[in-house]
Amino acid sequence: MALTKEQIARRIARELQDGYYVNLGIGIPTLVANYIPEGIEVVLQSENGLLGMGPFPLEGEEDPDLINAGKQTITTLPGSVFFDSALSFGMIRAGKVDLTVLGAMEVSDQGDIANWKIPGKMVKGMRGAMDLVASARNIIVAMMHTNPKGESKLLPACTLPLTGIRCVKKIVTELAVLDITPEGFLLLERAPGVSVEDIRSRTAGRLVVKGEVPEMVV
Amino acid sequence: MKKVVKNADEAIADIRSGTTLMLGGFGLCGIPENAIEALTRADVKELTCISNNAGVDDFGIGLLLQQKKVRKMIASYVGENAEFERQLLSGELEVELIPQGTLATRCMAAGYGMPAVFTPAGVGTEVAQGKEVRRFGDKDYLLEYAFEADFALVKAWKGDTAGNLVFHATARNFNPLMAMAGRVTIAEVEELVPAGQLNPDEIHTPGIYVHRIFQGVNYEKRIEQRTVRAKA
Repeated sequence: MALTKEQIARRIARELQDGYYVNLGIGIPTLVANYIPEGIEVVLQSENGLLGMGPFPLEGEEDPDLINAGKQTITTLPGSVFFDSALSFGMIRAGKVDLTVLGAMEVSDQGDIANWKIPGKMVKGMRGAMDLVASARNIIVAMMHTNPKGESKLLPACTLPLTGIRCVKKIVTELAVLDITPEGFLLLERAPGVSVEDIRSRTAGRLVVKGEVPEMVV
Repeated sequence: MKKVVKNADEAIADIRSGTTLMLGGFGLCGIPENAIEALTRADVKELTCISNNAGVDDFGIGLLLQQKKVRKMIASYVGENAEFERQLLSGELEVELIPQGTLATRCMAAGYGMPAVFTPAGVGTEVAQGKEVRRFGDKDYLLEYAFEADFALVKAWKGDTAGNLVFHATARNFNPLMAMAGRVTIAEVEELVPAGQLNPDEIHTPGIYVHRIFQGVNYEKRIEQRTVRAKA
């Protein structure tokens, strides 16, 4: 059975390690914050200028000056710090952020990513995505395996305008967990009840299957 | 030394048509509300605006777009604005979309007196078109030039009569960078205090970068995505 968005987020949360500084993109990546494993402390970076992003505020406690990169009202935590946008992208560029999780429209089997523009349809801007993918040490993409038309989003080469090249390390979809390797998408885990053939039929890029592929623990 | 001006109208009185402006803020957070409102009353058009976002239809830079005062917008994200999209598609408005970190760093470079910087953001994408690529170690970088802006319009939480600024929470964002980058920097503040009342250790922007400062009024501080959690 395919994973829900929450289950995708929960699976990605298992990649977190104690002490990680993490940047979560908009959409499924934001949900990862709800599933940080017990006993692990991570610091969330919001690229508009905050380390130590806390939960949404209680009603009546919203501060219009305190928002995340998705422009949602948020709170701080003990140890939080504010900074300007140059410092924010400075720490990203310098590789201080351990993990970046973001959504994508397409990923190629070389790790290229397209997630900001559909020519003629959606041309709103890349925000911080190009900076993040160009510099992050570890990038996990959270996305659906296929687009609403049923076409694979895991491709031999991206067809949409690129956000960055050879940068994605891992992909978690509703069907599978895959690493980007020189040989292509290496299938690491299957969603419960989803067969290797199901995944192969929905993966347009090179898919590498080595031995028995275990089912995900969800 | 007199940096304090009466209000936004006085502060922006010498902004002319065709000028390049920087406007601080991220979304509607930390935007120079008073200066933008004054520009809606001023006889200026053909502006080039450098700002992370373009406001919403009826607030922020969206107010200037409504009046067709903007010729060109340089931003990292322009969603949330139907009028913007309409003017863009009809060719009335020119837009240059650039990565958010590149936007910030090009402001920073201007404020630090550096003509250009190298950044990996956009390598291999359409952002790299026409730009010099330089390899350092095993990685490619794009040459990006410092911005040149006639005026920077910024918003701070507190400021003093010497032009020193302190920002609040994530309303800091691009404000200190643009303050450093403008040929003339105009700061509006929620609370203007006499010099000496701000702790020198806690000032974010030194007054040397600020040419005019005024006490702002009637801040709306609109929230774009009010998000709350239920009481446990």
